[in-house]
Amino acid sequence: MQNILIIGATSAIAEATARLYAATGANLYLLARNEDRLKTIAADLKIRGATSVKTECFEANDLASHQALLDRAYQTLGRFDIVLIAHGTLGNQTASEASTDVVMQELQTNALSTIALLTKLANMMEKQRHGTLAVISSVAGDRGRPSNYVYGTAKAAVTTFCEGLRARLFKSGVHVLVIKPGMVDTPMTAEMAMPAILVAKPEQIAIDIVKGIESRKDVLYTPWFWKYVMMGIIHLPILIYKKIKL
Amino acid sequence: MKMHGWGRYPVVDAEVHAPGTQDEFKNRLSLSTDAGVTPRGLGRSYGDSSLGEHMLSSRRINHFLAFDSATGVLHCEAGVSLSDILEVFVPEGWFLPVTPGTQFVTIGGAIASDVHGKNHHVAGCFCDHVEYLDILLDAERIIPCSPQDNPDLFHATCGGMGLTGMILSAAIRLKPIRNAFIDQTIFKARNLEESLDLFNTHADAPYSVAWIDCIAGGRSLGRSLFMTGEHAAEGTLTLNSKSRIGLPVDMPSMLLNRHSINAFNTLYYNRIRGASVKSHVHYEPFFYPLDSISDWNRMYGKNGFTQYQFVVPKAAGHDAMAAILKTIVASGKGSFLAVLKAFGKQNDNLLSFPMEGYTLALDFKIEPDLFPLLDRLDAMVMDYNGRIYLTKDARMSPSTFRSSYRTCDAFQTVRNTYGTAGRFISHQSKRLGLD
Repeated sequence: MQNILIIGATSAIAEATARLYAATGANLYLLARNEDRLKTIAADLKIRGATSVKTECFEANDLASHQALLDRAYQTLGRFDIVLIAHGTLGNQTASEASTDVVMQELQTNALSTIALLTKLANMMEKQRHGTLAVISSVAGDRGRPSNYVYGTAKAAVTTFCEGLRARLFKSGVHVLVIKPGMVDTPMTAEMAMPAILVAKPEQIAIDIVKGIESRKDVLYTPWFWKYVMMGIIHLPILIYKKIKL
Repeated sequence: MKMHGWGRYPVVDAEVHAPGTQDEFKNRLSLSTDAGVTPRGLGRSYGDSSLGEHMLSSRRINHFLAFDSATGVLHCEAGVSLSDILEVFVPEGWFLPVTPGTQFVTIGGAIASDVHGKNHHVAGCFCDHVEYLDILLDAERIIPCSPQDNPDLFHATCGGMGLTGMILSAAIRLKPIRNAFIDQTIFKARNLEESLDLFNTHADAPYSVAWIDCIAGGRSLGRSLFMTGEHAAEGTLTLNSKSRIGLPVDMPSMLLNRHSINAFNTLYYNRIRGASVKSHVHYEPFFYPLDSISDWNRMYGKNGFTQYQFVVPKAAGHDAMAAILKTIVASGKGSFLAVLKAFGKQNDNLLSFPMEGYTLALDFKIEPDLFPLLDRLDAMVMDYNGRIYLTKDARMSPSTFRSSYRTCDAFQTVRNTYGTAGRFISHQSKRLGLD
């Protein structure tokens, strides 16, 4: 039976992943901002088969509160077999271009808070010499695009941080998985116009995440074809890249 | 966004919102008071009952809320699907009290259509197993209703096609099972008389249905494979592991013509050689044979199809069914197979479809001369005091509706009492004059 901490547990991808683990009888500890939604999700996961579900309110940008929250989660679960970090906002590129405050806020939520959590979690898991840190990044971090480069910058920071962390923790048997979803149909993306054929359901992403954690994958593009899409985008010469609309 | 029902006809331009909490639903209603909103589940009603310009989807309210393992009562949000329930509860020894021919419908949709299944003659409709439900009436009010509490709203909402408000959650009574298997017996009926007789002979069977050939005429008119089922004595509580195949593109509709369909039907009918065959099957192929082909609705081509389902009272029985079947056979437009079923007594829900008698459902691909044929069939069904299923309908006239759903005025009264007339609407409600 696995003991799993999920941070940002009310996000669509995190919830779909939690359902898969609930069905296996896992012990779950959920952190998120909205208490009512956490309660609804906890009741649901119990019925779906979770052995236990504990929840606590969490504010990603209140960095000072993190250690106590993580300690309580660790005490309750006894160990972290899997930690999934899934909180974040998509941000608004246009608003970011007009305001430094908005940019800083975006970077705070999507990059700095995650890095702060990973710093603490890395030390805890290095000590227990076991477990997987699974972090939701994005294909947007692979190359800056005019339509969302602030979000992309934050995700690039997370990806790069994890790359170093993975090599550091390898020696202690702790695994780091970076998850890079493509376009996903979630409330976060509800207002975006996306080509239907490229848009995945959170349930599909969740299946890939569980498989990726099980097989100790390092970087997971999900759905799989994004690996090749991004390979193409990364290798476009700058001269062409800056002229096309992406 | 272009939206359609399961029949892919009609197609409308719509804005779809999917709130995730009760507060988000209230906020959404406060933003769109004038135009009216249309509740939408998994979009499995065939025609235009889940279509409107402003659609409210239940897809993000899909949580189990509580389960009492002593009584089998499950409280869940309206966007939970029957397949979600089966996946979690079959391994625990529970089954749906009533299920339609697909598991890909939501609880909200099953209630709004007051769906029926192969056990209607003994178990009634889906809503006969609903303990209570919570319904959103406007930007301020979410109220509970049940047969005891706000019973007028309950009996209008069950089968009410989403026109009395948005169902947010419901409590249903699951039934205990010992295993996930069905003991099935298939009988061959050579004509309509034999088919209807089999329903009488097997009135005690927990599940019964007949697949009828709508191409064969003359002495073979109404020949069918009649099927009964009961929960098996032996077997395990396991889910079906077979994967689904899909139909990724629209099939050219000319592939379906009277020759190809006739060939299929003849093969299907002759698949049983003796008078009857017994088998032990998993519940999934028994209840949901078409669920194994995802997007089977694309088979009828890009213009879509409509499913025509009517019921005629028991008294009209054989004569009505024979006359209507003859008309269908003569038209040469009948689809693969039609589903024939004997219904038990009707319930107290104002717009529920089933009444004691016989129902027949069959698909027609949309083509220019189809609607005149269906209008002729409507007239025959009206003559026999029958009615057409709103969940399948995309084209019946307001006068057909009013003369066959005699309690539609009482239904409107409830909508007016609770202030949901005009606020919860659909393409269908406007077409039928339910303003």
